[in-house]
Amino acid sequence: MSEIVTKMELNCEGLNCPLPILKTKKAVDSLNSGEVLKMTATDPGSVNDMASWANRTGNELVAHTEAGNVHTFYIKKK
Amino acid sequence: MADTKKLAIIASQGTLDWGYPPFILASTAAAMDMEAVIFFTFYGLPLLKKEIDAKVSPHSNPAMPMKMPFGNKDFQSVNWQIPNLISANVPGFDNMATMLMKETFKKKGVATIEQLRSMCQEFGVRFIACQMTMEVFGFEKEDFIDGVEFGGAATFLEYAADANISLFI
Repeated sequence: MSEIVTKMELNCEGLNCPLPILKTKKAVDSLNSGEVLKMTATDPGSVNDMASWANRTGNELVAHTEAGNVHTFYIKKK
Repeated sequence: MADTKKLAIIASQGTLDWGYPPFILASTAAAMDMEAVIFFTFYGLPLLKKEIDAKVSPHSNPAMPMKMPFGNKDFQSVNWQIPNLISANVPGFDNMATMLMKETFKKKGVATIEQLRSMCQEFGVRFIACQMTMEVFGFEKEDFIDGVEFGGAATFLEYAADANISLFI
């Protein structure tokens, strides 16, 4: 995977639904259009939820990786 | 945005377990760029009090799993079968069950109701308190958190008439 330039990092590890979504929303709101947020979460539900959130809000889920039980999401603000 | 989706929720129950869904759904809807309104009526109204004292009552929820939030994984996975005779008659049983549920939620990284409620407000979710219920149960505006609107069925329905999702909880 090519390097993704991230503007901000958000750690949602250990948090459960709906906190990763709510915190992601707040973080993305603080970015400018085109900037990327890197969010990590351990909630398995966040995989589907992040996709749905991105789909609904129009922000782009650029990439999702998984290592152990940690999911990493790269979200580009629309 | 012309295409903004709208969520309308009636929160009619005030126990800890029933208190969560309205705040979870409304805050998430707002995070998904939807408009959201929660109309608090009957037993849901106390969820607007400055201090939320919602409890859970295992006796009235026969399917509720009773789990311990401490000990090793095997111990925590045990589903304790509590006879109705005990859950209904032992003083303080609801308090204990409430404490256990709150502790479990905390350990699992679930937000508190207060946290979700304040995030709702931060995201612009509108809270409407049922005026009639306030009269019936003797609540004053000062009993509630700031930012609450007051109204009746018509106030809610005016909004809900254009809602994409309407839920009675």
